[in-house]
Amino acid sequence: MVCDNCGQNEAIIHLTNIEDNQAITRHLCEECAAEKGLPPGDTAANFPLTDFLAKVGKSGPESAVPGPCPFCGLRFEQFKKTGRLGCPHCYVTFEANLQGLLRRLHGGTQHLGKVYLPPDLGEGQEQERLAGLRHKLSKAVEREDFERAAELRDQIRTLEGAAND
Amino acid sequence: MIDYTSLSDFGLGWLEASGPHADIVLSTRVRLARNLQGHAFSNRMRDLEREQVFERVRRACERSAIKGGITLDLSALAPLSRKVLLERRLISREMVGEGDSAPARGSGLVVGPRDSVGVMINEEDHLRLQVLVSGLRLREAHQTVDRLDEDLGSQLPFAFHQEFGFLTSCPTNVGTGLRASILIHLPGLVLTKEIGRILQGITQVGLTFRGLYGEGSEVVGNFFQVSNQTTLGKSEEDLVEHLEKMVTRVIQYETRARRVLLRDAPTVIEDKIWRAYGLLRYARSLSFDEVMNLLSGVRLGVSMNLLSGLRVYTLNKIMIYAQSAHLEQAAGRALSDGERDAHRAEYVRRILSEEGDVEPDTPPEHDDD
Repeated sequence: MVCDNCGQNEAIIHLTNIEDNQAITRHLCEECAAEKGLPPGDTAANFPLTDFLAKVGKSGPESAVPGPCPFCGLRFEQFKKTGRLGCPHCYVTFEANLQGLLRRLHGGTQHLGKVYLPPDLGEGQEQERLAGLRHKLSKAVEREDFERAAELRDQIRTLEGAAND
Repeated sequence: MIDYTSLSDFGLGWLEASGPHADIVLSTRVRLARNLQGHAFSNRMRDLEREQVFERVRRACERSAIKGGITLDLSALAPLSRKVLLERRLISREMVGEGDSAPARGSGLVVGPRDSVGVMINEEDHLRLQVLVSGLRLREAHQTVDRLDEDLGSQLPFAFHQEFGFLTSCPTNVGTGLRASILIHLPGLVLTKEIGRILQGITQVGLTFRGLYGEGSEVVGNFFQVSNQTTLGKSEEDLVEHLEKMVTRVIQYETRARRVLLRDAPTVIEDKIWRAYGLLRYARSLSFDEVMNLLSGVRLGVSMNLLSGLRVYTLNKIMIYAQSAHLEQAAGRALSDGERDAHRAEYVRRILSEEGDVEPDTPPEHDDD
């Protein structure tokens, strides 16, 4: 679709307004949209990840491309085309290559959200899970979510009980 | 199998418009992406394995905060029912399937008994835990979905990496796997032409905006979806609080824009609102985009107390039920484009006359007559 304003470039922004009670949709190219004060479309946010990956691939040195993922067989080239990894193990296989990408996408690579421990806990893990739950309990108390705090307290008691058995 | 999508309120708890700022913020959604250890991601699994994952997730849901909910096998549903679920924003476009063909086997949806919480199974990730509530209720929505995450994560081994956090098919979701988004109505900022600046500001503080139906969809009726852009490197609480703070600021800008419009151009605004109402109330053929744009005007009027006798609930309902698949479901048959627009106008007319009590005020008498 061609831009309604300049009639030359490809329209990438489609904006619908009510004007005089009519729905008017304007199809604008990036430059004309920018002129009208609409945000530019060249941020990573508005571009499919694959385009972003293609750009990333061209700029700067990347780690050597490793072999396919031993778990699912995905090759790094395939990931660059689709923007989708094949399995959780791909994050280990392609770790060195993903570090830079994740930093550019998210601004960092270290997860700071909730800490997860899968079920079937060993003894050491149970202590870690207890520590995690206690941390959450103090946070819940801090924000005065007493319903949640009571639930967490029960979970802690259950775990402690199991540990003492 | 009972067709739950024909139940009029299935998955639509948020329509009630009971949440804070519900006249401006239609809904809050928070979703968490999770995957199981030991399986390839959904799009790289064979049917049999996808069905195994479906079964494991279904069973875990039965022993969780959403036990007693309803599980739908999407590949076994009629194409129209899947479209209805999409229009209710309970499943994604990928899960509807191409044309009338079914999505891959093992694609599922679990909706909790209290309606606003559920799990998509084998979308891009094995699990997409989601909650959809009315108004601006980010913290509450996050706590609800976090609780479900605890329940499911203690039964199913989620893929988790010490550095990268929860592992997802697409690296844009890795870490917390959390995407919080609010659907917001900003006619004031569009009319005062401040919207471009606001949206630009949004993208500069780590947020992103989209149209009504998510990624790639266009903005219609001045409805915008605003969500966090990054998922890694911040805690869930920080992501949610940041979005809430920014959205609260946008609401303030919108409210101020509306005040300015009312002060500087009261006749223009009132005229827009009443014309929009008049068209919705009496038109005989309406396209969906037209309905959305007219609803925007009427919603503005209700929100600014310029139009009384209508509830936000009714306007929310029209947004959902005036969509194509819903109209076809109500008609019990496929409709041509022309028929659909006529059915749509008829539906809107009926709802406004049944649920609305709008009396156009008489013009003031002038002393100099």
